[in-house]
Amino acid sequence: MSDAAATSSRTIRGLLGATRGTNGRLHWTDVFTYMYLGFGVLLMFGPVIWLVLSSFKTSSALLEFPPTFLPLGQIEIQVEGYDDPLPLFEATLEDGSVKQLAQVRRIGIMSQMVDPENPGETIQVPINRRTEVREFRMALENYRDPLERFDFTRYLYNSVVVTVVATLVTLLINSMAAYGLAIYEFRGRAAIMLLVIGTLMIPITVILVPVYLVVTSMGMINSLWAVILPGAATPTGVFLLRQYMLTIPRDLIEAARMDKASEWAIYWKVVLPLAMPAMAVLAIFSIMWRWNDFLWPLIVLNRSEVYTLQVGLNAFQGELDVQWHYILAMTVVTLIPVTLVFAFLQKFITTGIASSGMK
Amino acid sequence: MAQQSDQTTGDRLASLAGAPVRLLFRALDPLFTAIQRGIGTKRMPWIFLLPNLVFFGLFVILPLFINFFYSLTGGTQLYLTDRPFIGTEQYGYLLDCEAFTDPQTCREDRFWKGIYNTLVFIFFQVTFMVLFSLITALILNREIRARGFFRAVFFFPVLLSPVVVALIWKWILLRDGILNAFLVSIGLDKILFFVSPEWSMFWAIFVSIWAHMGFYTLILLAGLQAIPPDLYEAAEMDGTSKERVFWRITLPLLWPNMLVVIVLALIKGVQIFDEVFVLTGGGPGTATQFIVQYIYNTGFTNQVQNFGLASAASVVLGVALFVLTMAQLAATRRKDDV
Amino acid sequence: MTGTFKRLVGTSALALAFSAGSALAQTELRMTWYNDGIEGEVMQGLLDRFEEANPDISVVLDVVPYKAIIESLPVQLAAGEGPDLARVTDLGGLSQYYLDMTPFISDTEYWQTSFGPFLKWLDPDGDAINGFMTQLTVTGPYVNKTLFEQAGVEMPGDGATWDDYATAVNEVAEKLEIPIPMAWDRSGHRVSGPAIAMGAKMFDAEGNPALVDDGLKAMAQRLYDWHQDGTMSKELWGSVSGSTYLGANEDFANAQVVMYMSGSWQIPQFAETIGDAFDWWAVPAPCGPAACTGMPGGAALVGLAGTEHPEEVAKLMDWLAQEEQLAEFYGKTLFIPGHLGLAEGGVSFDTQDPRAQHALETFAGAVPAISPVAFDLQGYTNNRVMFNALISRLNEAIVGELTLDEAYERMTDDVTKELAEKERQ
Repeated sequence: MSDAAATSSRTIRGLLGATRGTNGRLHWTDVFTYMYLGFGVLLMFGPVIWLVLSSFKTSSALLEFPPTFLPLGQIEIQVEGYDDPLPLFEATLEDGSVKQLAQVRRIGIMSQMVDPENPGETIQVPINRRTEVREFRMALENYRDPLERFDFTRYLYNSVVVTVVATLVTLLINSMAAYGLAIYEFRGRAAIMLLVIGTLMIPITVILVPVYLVVTSMGMINSLWAVILPGAATPTGVFLLRQYMLTIPRDLIEAARMDKASEWAIYWKVVLPLAMPAMAVLAIFSIMWRWNDFLWPLIVLNRSEVYTLQVGLNAFQGELDVQWHYILAMTVVTLIPVTLVFAFLQKFITTGIASSGMK
Repeated sequence: MAQQSDQTTGDRLASLAGAPVRLLFRALDPLFTAIQRGIGTKRMPWIFLLPNLVFFGLFVILPLFINFFYSLTGGTQLYLTDRPFIGTEQYGYLLDCEAFTDPQTCREDRFWKGIYNTLVFIFFQVTFMVLFSLITALILNREIRARGFFRAVFFFPVLLSPVVVALIWKWILLRDGILNAFLVSIGLDKILFFVSPEWSMFWAIFVSIWAHMGFYTLILLAGLQAIPPDLYEAAEMDGTSKERVFWRITLPLLWPNMLVVIVLALIKGVQIFDEVFVLTGGGPGTATQFIVQYIYNTGFTNQVQNFGLASAASVVLGVALFVLTMAQLAATRRKDDV
Repeated sequence: MTGTFKRLVGTSALALAFSAGSALAQTELRMTWYNDGIEGEVMQGLLDRFEEANPDISVVLDVVPYKAIIESLPVQLAAGEGPDLARVTDLGGLSQYYLDMTPFISDTEYWQTSFGPFLKWLDPDGDAINGFMTQLTVTGPYVNKTLFEQAGVEMPGDGATWDDYATAVNEVAEKLEIPIPMAWDRSGHRVSGPAIAMGAKMFDAEGNPALVDDGLKAMAQRLYDWHQDGTMSKELWGSVSGSTYLGANEDFANAQVVMYMSGSWQIPQFAETIGDAFDWWAVPAPCGPAACTGMPGGAALVGLAGTEHPEEVAKLMDWLAQEEQLAEFYGKTLFIPGHLGLAEGGVSFDTQDPRAQHALETFAGAVPAISPVAFDLQGYTNNRVMFNALISRLNEAIVGELTLDEAYERMTDDVTKELAEKERQ
């Protein structure tokens, strides 16, 4: 560290110019690099891990301050002479000794306790002189209760269907359009490009009602098509694919034309395989958008058999009651598939985006 | 370039999707060949555009038109034909201000507050997004161990839904959340983050950077990796200082990617809604209430669902976005020239 | 794969075609529902019994987030895409979409005597039978009695004013170092009761809304002052914008709040999360010069006019509305009965918790003390416009974006603007 201070003037320079590591001993910029990366890991993963840990806590444990790191639950023990198990406390008695006692009941600010080893005699302890005895325990009911209440597999099925079909439709029609816009020169192309780019980033939130009207008049309310179709013709996808296809060498296409290949064949045999990295990026984005979509499905799907996971898992959110223990648990449930996809395809995803980027 | 490895990933995916897809395309071949014969090769691009244009027209262009006509009507009826035509009255309401710099003097004070809040948000968000993406990209571009892993780490939050992102952070930032527990443990007082307008704005910006930074980092990283190494080698031989190398080689060659990042971040910033809405609820007061939230509240959450006014506001937003996307067009044009 | 999709898209049309031809014609009814607690399960139990007795009707409970009831349902109903029945809270606001079940109900007399005043909430301008209250709610405060005992401060008794309580809870909080002496739900509905107690009239002589008057100002000023002097924490009201609802139930359950102004719907949740950790005690609504009143409210289950099976809807509603079913429903959910007969005769609530029992009695007992102004306000079609204007603007004043006087002006403007837009045809 003192080394770093001594060479502080080189700090910025070293970092900014650094493209290659040093051979042999660790340069201080390497130290900085790994500190930055270490902090990055903590910052990016930490919140998610905290969410997962919290989701296993009971609703009363969630209210505690300071929060415990691991989910804990109060120990309950069976005491002779009592039918139900009693909660165990650590009580400070009047003589100053500390003893583990089981609570029978609480009256006002006093609690009636018994010694599990000597259940005959009850002891009065003020409630502020006892603390719960706890052990590591996961509140699985946070997951079980809501999942039991819903037709979880049905929602999962719907979500998968929506995600897969929507992504396939998006890939097909977007790549066709991108092909048309990238490979041909024709009148009207500039106008179409303007249209695509102009609407590139209109958030669906602001045209929710008109889109709903269109979907209603097509009779698609409460069918999965109402979620699949409206987002299929993404300007983002067309734009991304077209920009990538522009980089494909024209000679290849001309050569195919010489061989009397049809335009359709050129599209799917020549251009599409070459555009695969960009297609993969669009596929990932499409999967992400569709899987996470909440606002739109909430409006067009109001029958439980067509709910997607995002709608179904939020259905327990009432008018007057914020139940953090369920919210956290259900958030974790929606996270799992995305994380799994990411874990398996991580390298593929990141290199795909990096290489096709937004050219 | 990394073209070689992409090729193989592409192939792998293609073979994965494999036979059924190929079969489908092959089956469609006679149809399209027939069409091509019928209308001639010259008109084929329209055939390729057709499916996309149909969907696009139905679910984007048509709604945009309906939206525009909504903005010229009043009342609370859903169907356009039931709504009285009132001309540009709704726009008049939006623009009814004594002084445009002071939302308090406006009839629709929340519309203008939304605009100003959005401007503040995108200024800081875009600045710091670019800055941190750049630093992260530079670091990931060094020869480090487990680069793939670290690259993935920064990208992970990009996959989360806005609602999930906001919930995760809200849970951390609550009064009895873990961040306050940390502050108390090092002897500080608890901070009620969502009561202070400045803190709320700070966290709104922080969280959106946290969630999206990975994407922009990758774009910049791609740019960095595309810079030919011989340029650096030549500079090193000339004994050019590393600082100079950064300003004279790295930054200029990275500029096209930077521009894409800036414009994309700007557009995303103008649209900011659900993330912040779940995180801060737009509060305290109206300190983090943005323009899209104003539109959503006006059209949806209020008991009187005022589609007319909401549409007028969204037309105004649409025009702003159009200008921004045109800027992107100009930017990408310039990039192609470079 | 494609087969599945064709099936999906064609479901409604095909289902219609097939059911017409099939011998065992079964009518399917869809009920859109939201949950605050376990009421969905209780309702499902009742529906199962109904289906058993009526094999020709099946009822599907579609549970949605509350957000969907407030935001999506009105649009769906306007587009004619609504369900057959729904549980709603904007009672008068959606009135135009309700089904009048009068022609299909044999004993309308029973409905009139059991639900009389509530039918008026659902149909302010007529005398239709649209539905019944799944729960009646009454707003009112809870106190943490254990904290009072520990601090040795005497709890204000009957007839105590809001100021009495403010003094008392501050004393308790100071002695025991409790961070929040008093908390209110962030809701215009919650503020209205105490405002009426202070003399707010809410309407002018012609019955048009007149939100801001001296009574309302008296309560608003107090709330403003309490937020400035620390009696109330800005955390709750200050931390969101607009009309977003926020409750302090977690803070109260965590003994961070001495007094919590909310309502009867918290009972089942408190019984579960607090249990016997401390004595959470419902107290009668504190008084002002005009009254000692909370606000009535609640949610109703209504039949919807868009249904293709009005007769079956009415049959189901009539069955659910019978005393036997409702007594079970209210008893299990710990909801205050919205049935006059049951309210009088008492429902045996399914709880052993003495605090819950006491709270239920207190809230049920508060109903006769509710001011007529409060009933009028609850029955007014556009009351949510008033509630939203009140809470959002008052809140902007409390966080310092507006002065109180500016806030009063904006409240009045907001109400006028929205109502004018609604009037425009």
